[in-house]
Amino acid sequence: MLRLPPFQYFAPRSLDEALRILSDHGPEAQIVAGGTDLYPKMKRRQIQPRALVSVRRIPELSHIAWMAHDGVTLGAGVTLARVLACENLAIAYPALARACAGIAHPPIRSMGTIGGNLCIDTRCTYYDQTFFWREALGFCLKKGGTVCPVAPGGTRCWAVSSSDGAPVMIALGAQLRLIGPHGERTIAAEEFYRDDGIQYLAKAPEEILVEVRLPCREGWRSTYWKLRRRGAIDFPVLGIAVAVCMESGRCREARIVLGAVGSCPKRIREAEGILEGNPLEPDVIEAAARAVSRAIRPLENTDFLHLYRKKVASVFAQRALHELAGTPLTGGLSGT
Amino acid sequence: MNGEQHPLAVPVYKTLLEVLREDLHLTGTKHGCELGECGACTVLVDGEPVLSCLALPIELEGREILTIEGLMEGGRPHPLQSAFAEMGAVQCGYCTPGIVLSAKALLDRNPMPTRQEIAEALSGNLCRCTGYIQILDAVERAGARMRERRS
Amino acid sequence: MAFEIIGKPLPKIDALPKCTGETRYADDLQLPRMLYAKILRSPHAHARIRRIDVSRARALPGVYAVITGRDLPTRFGILPVSQDEEALCAEKVRFVGDPVAAVAATDEWIAEEALRLIDVEYELLPALLTLEEALRESSVRIHDYGDGPNIHKMISLEFGDVEEGFAQADYVREDIFFYAGSTHLPLEQHAAVAQYGPDGKLTLWSSTQTPHYVHRALAKVLGLPPSHIRVIATPVGGGFGGKSDPFSHEIVVAKLAMLTGRPVKITLTREEVFYVHRGRHPVLMWIKTGVRRDGTIMAMHVRSFLDGGAYGSYGVVTAYYTGALQTVTYKIPRYKFEGVRVFTNKPPCGPKRGHGTPQPRFALEVHLDKIAEDLELDPIEMRRRQIVEAPSLTVNWLRISSCGLRACIDRVVEASGFREKFRRLPFGHGVGFACSTYLSGAGLPIYWNDMPHSGVQIKIDRGGGVTVFCGSTDIGQGSDSILAYIVAEVLGILPEDIRVVTADTDLTPVDLGSYSSRVTVMTGNAAVEAAEKLRRLLFRAAAERLDVPEEQLMARARRIFDQADPERGLDFAEAAQLAEARFGTLGAVGSYKPPKSPGRYKGAGVGPSPSYSYSACVIQVRVDPETGFVQVEKVWIAHDVGRVINPRLVEGQIHGSVYMGLGEALMEEQTFRSRLGLHKAPSMLDYKSPTPLEMPEVECFLIETDDPNGPFGAKEAGQGPLLPVPPAVANAVYDAIGVRVDELPITPEKILKGLEDKARGGSGRVGPKSIPSLAWPEPIRVEPPPEWRDVPTRSS
Repeated sequence: MLRLPPFQYFAPRSLDEALRILSDHGPEAQIVAGGTDLYPKMKRRQIQPRALVSVRRIPELSHIAWMAHDGVTLGAGVTLARVLACENLAIAYPALARACAGIAHPPIRSMGTIGGNLCIDTRCTYYDQTFFWREALGFCLKKGGTVCPVAPGGTRCWAVSSSDGAPVMIALGAQLRLIGPHGERTIAAEEFYRDDGIQYLAKAPEEILVEVRLPCREGWRSTYWKLRRRGAIDFPVLGIAVAVCMESGRCREARIVLGAVGSCPKRIREAEGILEGNPLEPDVIEAAARAVSRAIRPLENTDFLHLYRKKVASVFAQRALHELAGTPLTGGLSGT
Repeated sequence: MNGEQHPLAVPVYKTLLEVLREDLHLTGTKHGCELGECGACTVLVDGEPVLSCLALPIELEGREILTIEGLMEGGRPHPLQSAFAEMGAVQCGYCTPGIVLSAKALLDRNPMPTRQEIAEALSGNLCRCTGYIQILDAVERAGARMRERRS
Repeated sequence: MAFEIIGKPLPKIDALPKCTGETRYADDLQLPRMLYAKILRSPHAHARIRRIDVSRARALPGVYAVITGRDLPTRFGILPVSQDEEALCAEKVRFVGDPVAAVAATDEWIAEEALRLIDVEYELLPALLTLEEALRESSVRIHDYGDGPNIHKMISLEFGDVEEGFAQADYVREDIFFYAGSTHLPLEQHAAVAQYGPDGKLTLWSSTQTPHYVHRALAKVLGLPPSHIRVIATPVGGGFGGKSDPFSHEIVVAKLAMLTGRPVKITLTREEVFYVHRGRHPVLMWIKTGVRRDGTIMAMHVRSFLDGGAYGSYGVVTAYYTGALQTVTYKIPRYKFEGVRVFTNKPPCGPKRGHGTPQPRFALEVHLDKIAEDLELDPIEMRRRQIVEAPSLTVNWLRISSCGLRACIDRVVEASGFREKFRRLPFGHGVGFACSTYLSGAGLPIYWNDMPHSGVQIKIDRGGGVTVFCGSTDIGQGSDSILAYIVAEVLGILPEDIRVVTADTDLTPVDLGSYSSRVTVMTGNAAVEAAEKLRRLLFRAAAERLDVPEEQLMARARRIFDQADPERGLDFAEAAQLAEARFGTLGAVGSYKPPKSPGRYKGAGVGPSPSYSYSACVIQVRVDPETGFVQVEKVWIAHDVGRVINPRLVEGQIHGSVYMGLGEALMEEQTFRSRLGLHKAPSMLDYKSPTPLEMPEVECFLIETDDPNGPFGAKEAGQGPLLPVPPAVANAVYDAIGVRVDELPITPEKILKGLEDKARGGSGRVGPKSIPSLAWPEPIRVEPPPEWRDVPTRSS
């Protein structure tokens, strides 16, 4: 049986207490919420924190609060199952519901949290393996080694941002509230991620993601398409979140964000620009979809060949945009 | 746990799965990967399916845990258990406890699920023997029986 | 004849305990003072072991024993001809995951820590990771035995003159196919518990399909008398062939129990299960067939190249199986088979559901589809017209006792509307068809001898309770229940009156194991024999009491009564007491040995069976031409099972086979990193096993042919129905988009590659283009049976 390495476990009941424990233990400490991403990594000895600081009992993390005409805030500790159970969320933010419904499988969704999903560690076929396997390979740059087997010539880690929630939050213009030892700050979801497989978050280890604020998105349409081999369990190896605001038949504002094709979610501004000011008609959509595929450079470190993922990015971009245009393409399979 | 209280002193890093099997001797909960990838260790916590391989007992203090051993009612099999036995839904039986519990969570929430909804509810529980077909049949039959019983 | 139990959809006798958590699998066992074992495995694909230092591990508190290859020097293996495994490698490791040392400690954390304290110095050797490399690099040797450098086995057989057949054919076609390796992925990870008593007796509980062969291997490697070893197969949490070999961990845990005097348990991690493997061999195949204008097969020549991995396992048998059963479906008058199995530095391949036959079946059925298209023939009629006769002998001397393939074909073709759909559905939608054959148990045992393959012993107690003892192993297929149904049918009682004791080498007569789809036929026949002996005693005693001639008695519903006057009868328990008073303690044995096969050539041992099952399958798919995703919309499958003993169980076997076949057709694949030989996906997340969401609707048709060699006429159902699935998917994909993917799995990437090739004016075919050139030995030329000596010619 794969077992966890020993650790100390803290279950603070307030943010202050949590922050204190985190600063007491410094880099040896690790925040845990649902544990669905962390515990497998600990069992594979990818990370071995000495202290786990659970945020489950902190009341500020567990709310869903609607603000009149100003959107909603979701506590970071709200489980994915709770997000899905909330019909108003699905109506206001269809992309969020689509993304959460496609995460892993039902038990994981009743354990995992929205904050946990946004902070999920980057993934790589060379990294998400047991200690034995990684030792046999000769450890990689992300953990214990000096070379990245994906791109051995380079100096950076190419592990892949594998959150379904991240591209959606960026597309919906979410703001994330963080609290740290030096106070709190709110940053745009887009600023939360860094293009680095190791330091993939702009969050300091001792900062706690407290809540997600989704702005009111009246007049917007949104969706999320996900590529993976099976209809459940699998992480995304391509995720595409699209949100458009339509005004008199034309796209006033668009956001197209790709997940799981690089170390951070990627906004495709060229594609957004193609859509903005135009009606969502087939030729516009096709041009935007081509721009999506052009802008990404997936590597060979997830399921599916990287060129295949690049190709499907444009197919899914088209399908997502047609869906939002109200002219869904028929004959297409997959994409959840 | 299954309607009983268990004071326990175990290392904090022992998962619920390990504690169930090794400390409480409730070996009905199975394991196939210990990484949250197969669903064999599914138990119910306050009625929701949870993977016992990724849960720590300390995180569940005060909550109600149901394992397969706790599903019988007064020594009689739960409708899901009888339906699984009758419909051929059990071959090797190793995925069965987890699947039965995932199905229970579904039927308690949605007494009349469609076949697609059943498949989605069980999509985290891998089975290599049955091709899932007789499992879906059994959940449908158990659902019907539970509805009858209620009405 | 009307049956009382046979043919009814009864629940399995062990189903409810499996639903309540009561069933105890190997890892569920906990014994007082039990220690936990862990195995240190090689991180290198090919290396010499220079030195192992276990002193630091031994010194760790909580560690009770550390062993290495020196402690277990005797080699073993499932086949007498390939005794090439060591419980722990002493001098050389041959794949990443090969066992090197083992530890017993008070818990798994300490055992794990102790493994890290074992220092092993390796001298790296070049790793041979592909079939081509293994054949080319003859200076590097993985083993020092076999039919050539890195060649485990080479086979060349010819039945009739194939060249003459090709010369007489109107049309000859050659094709090349590849079928990727895949693994069983049972939900239960292998586990074993060993206990060694002060009386010098060893007990091993293990999740194994073959306790009899584990018993043999333990005796051999541990040097204990077999009479001092007891092997108990616990309920197996999924096997599919993956728990059919004796394994290193079973021997290791036994040795550790002997050394420590304490019970020791080992449970492999999921990653280790991937390394232990014994799964589907990757096979490259070349097939050449000559036909008449109407599609009649004149001659066939098949070559198969098996990538066997690092050890022999069942590989010699697998290699023969890739060539043995082509002749059992369609009439093939001249047949040549050349096969080679090579060693590579990867986890050893072995038997997986269908054992060596799904690969050539895929090749054959797609190849026939291509021939039908080339000749503008109906692919169904072309096959249907040349189905084998029953009874008959094939050109390679296999005896066919019954064949319901024609009925199978007709049922699925009609139910699916194949003829209305084939080549007529819109682009992206398609149907595919394939047939297949599988054996109901191997005609010969692994160790050649004249003893029975299966034994059953039955005792009846004074209360009318019946206990059935048999060495067979229930791996979920329901073999315990089959014993209960059969004995209940013969004795006229109910399955719930029967206790079944199985898979215990001390308590039960030998059954060779749950492999080759042999159990229903062999244990069933043995059970019928034993039960009939007892029924005769019961009838004789009852006849005396009732004053009714024995021949007039009948046993039904827990009574023995006069058929002419059913009121006149006795309770079963009463009859049992009378019989015990009259004849003494009531017990009887039955045993079964398959009929002798008429084949008398070297290699004739693989292929013969008491009977062959037949399947026909239609699959409808939808292909997304932009993403290459294939959605299987529906499967229609008919299976000739001889006699349905329990329709629920037969359908369950068919569903499971279809599931596994679809997995292999579309997503499952064992792949390895080049150079290092590291498994690319040793987890249930990365190795893609279909979820309920991928599983289509399956419509089953059960065909009964009342086979003369089966118990009540039954044949196998556990493996055969897998075989037609991959080729039917491939043929359906072609029907949908005009792309031939001659290489499994048919992934979205390959579909797009085929479509792109087509768009550029190519054929759209995706698959291997060549086979290695190899100096095949002169074939053993086997004279076909008399009926094939006057074979059809062009003019006939």
